[in-house]
Amino acid sequence: MARRPNLLAFLAAASLGAVLVFGATATLDDYVLSIIQFVGINVILAVSLNITNGFTGLFSLGHPAFMTIGGYVTAIMSLDPKRKPFLLPDLPEWLAASHLSFLPALVTGGMVATLVAVVVGFPVLRLRGHYLAVATLGLIFIVQGLAINLDGYTRGALGLNGLPELTSLWWVYGWMLLTLYVCWKLKHSSLGRTMLAIRENELAAACLGVRITRTRILSFALGAFFAGVAGGLWAHLVTLITPSSFSFLFAFQLVVMVVLGGTGSITGAALAGALLTIATEALHPVEEAMGLFGASQVLLAVAVLLVLVFRPKGLFGMAEPDLLAWVGKSPGREPTPAGSKRQREV
Amino acid sequence: MTASYILEQIVNGIILGSMYALIAIGFSLIYGIVRLINFAHGDIVTIGSFAMLASAVALKIPFPLAILVVLVTGAATGMMIERIAFRPMRGAPQVTGFIASLAVAIVMENIGIMTLTAQPRSFIVPAYLSKFIAIGPLSVRAIDLAIVVLAVLLMAALALFVRFTRTGMAMRATAENYNVARLMGINIDRMILLAFAIGSALAAAAGLMWGSKYSQISPLMGLIPGLKAFVAAVIGGVGSISGAMLGGYVLGLAEVLLVGLLPPEYSGYRNVFVFAVLIIILLVMPNGLLGHSTEERA
Repeated sequence: MARRPNLLAFLAAASLGAVLVFGATATLDDYVLSIIQFVGINVILAVSLNITNGFTGLFSLGHPAFMTIGGYVTAIMSLDPKRKPFLLPDLPEWLAASHLSFLPALVTGGMVATLVAVVVGFPVLRLRGHYLAVATLGLIFIVQGLAINLDGYTRGALGLNGLPELTSLWWVYGWMLLTLYVCWKLKHSSLGRTMLAIRENELAAACLGVRITRTRILSFALGAFFAGVAGGLWAHLVTLITPSSFSFLFAFQLVVMVVLGGTGSITGAALAGALLTIATEALHPVEEAMGLFGASQVLLAVAVLLVLVFRPKGLFGMAEPDLLAWVGKSPGREPTPAGSKRQREV
Repeated sequence: MTASYILEQIVNGIILGSMYALIAIGFSLIYGIVRLINFAHGDIVTIGSFAMLASAVALKIPFPLAILVVLVTGAATGMMIERIAFRPMRGAPQVTGFIASLAVAIVMENIGIMTLTAQPRSFIVPAYLSKFIAIGPLSVRAIDLAIVVLAVLLMAALALFVRFTRTGMAMRATAENYNVARLMGINIDRMILLAFAIGSALAAAAGLMWGSKYSQISPLMGLIPGLKAFVAAVIGGVGSISGAMLGGYVLGLAEVLLVGLLPPEYSGYRNVFVFAVLIIILLVMPNGLLGHSTEERA
């Protein structure tokens, strides 16, 4: 298969995006920039949840739990060592003295989230369908409860505020590219095929020699890694993380993005993530003007119900529409590394 | 820690358990027939408490009569949800229904916030219900006694209905095997509607109890009781009505005793404990205490 043109196309789209990012940071004001960053973070989250929920068909609601873990770990690692003993008296000596720059801190956050996912995954991933959903939902409440009660490590319900403002559009863009690239590679690799096989028919996949447990845990852990990183990015964008930053409602919004985009479609998840975030942000002023707080949530939820009834496969189903070819005709559209491997779709 | 303190905690556990049991029954009834975990169920609890507020406090309907209003409102809401949201996607994968129920829950909560604001309202029971009654060494509020009695009456009525009436038998048949029941001439749509109506009426009753016990209600109050009642249903075995009752009491007692008997610095871990129990039960006894094993077929 034509591997090289694909990579070239991806690089072309990525550099076009980089030009746009450069233009945006130079011209736009902070408010708009922060919204663009939220869009990027939500794209990371939707696309990474798609690995777990879309490819492998594990219905996980655990993303907010991993975001909380990643956010706290990143924050603790990147916090000024002078402030740490004062804010977090229970931290062990070596943690209180350590200070990492942003990239290693984010990676550490992601790794810790991955570790938790693996440990939790071994027992929990034996469950199926909505039982798994409920167990991961429980995970959100457990992580939240621990974050509130272990106040020597997390400062309890107050959360950690005044974090350094490290996240910039470049960071978000870079991680978004990495997430998209990894997912893209994954979907078209034998591991990705294995995941899809599990989703379609677990018994048949097992009969063909797919190692079910290992693959399930891998997909759960990979999703958790990006969720942890996204949590770190989020925390250093709003310079605050609290136990209730990422709630169960947020899990629902992420699931909505995956379902609307089409479970299994990277392009779909990314587009739905971006569109929903923009829609929510655009509706905020309207809500405030009319005094109808919650109206946007209602609209979103009704949209989901309509999609479930009338287009259960979501926008794209499993497919990756050939956006690059389309973008090639009219340059300047959203750079998505959705490539031209359509012939390999089954 | 005296014996009367422990006894008091047990009584509290039974009260909490009664409410969990009533909500959990709805989860089990609905799951038993349509294989749907209805996350909007917790919001019926909210509807129930607000129906009580509207009828007893605003319209001054006498308290016992208002209970009837609450039951009817709950049943009507449940049937409406089934008709509008769940019937169009019947036959879709289980996860679809689950997402749909989350969407319904969000719609209901936010409409509640939009129309009633998120501010908690106080919910005051009539004076004769807040008197203390002495039972042996204990003194309990009349409302607490009323909660337990009402819960037991409702559950007994349900058990008799399911066991001995023709419709109850049809419901059990539908839960046993949906397709065969249809072939036997049972009107499936009516059975599903009935399951939603009964389950929601019980949840609404739990809502009025919750409001009377904690004297405060808000549009988001149903979320946590709903989730915990689901845990109770899982403990008992989802799909089994008696399991839901048992699970409700087990969870209520365990939660109250844990908070009451452990040193106070652990009481913040209440929710952590409940959901950890859920995960452990799912792993050790996936079918719960009284559930039947359902083979996963390819």
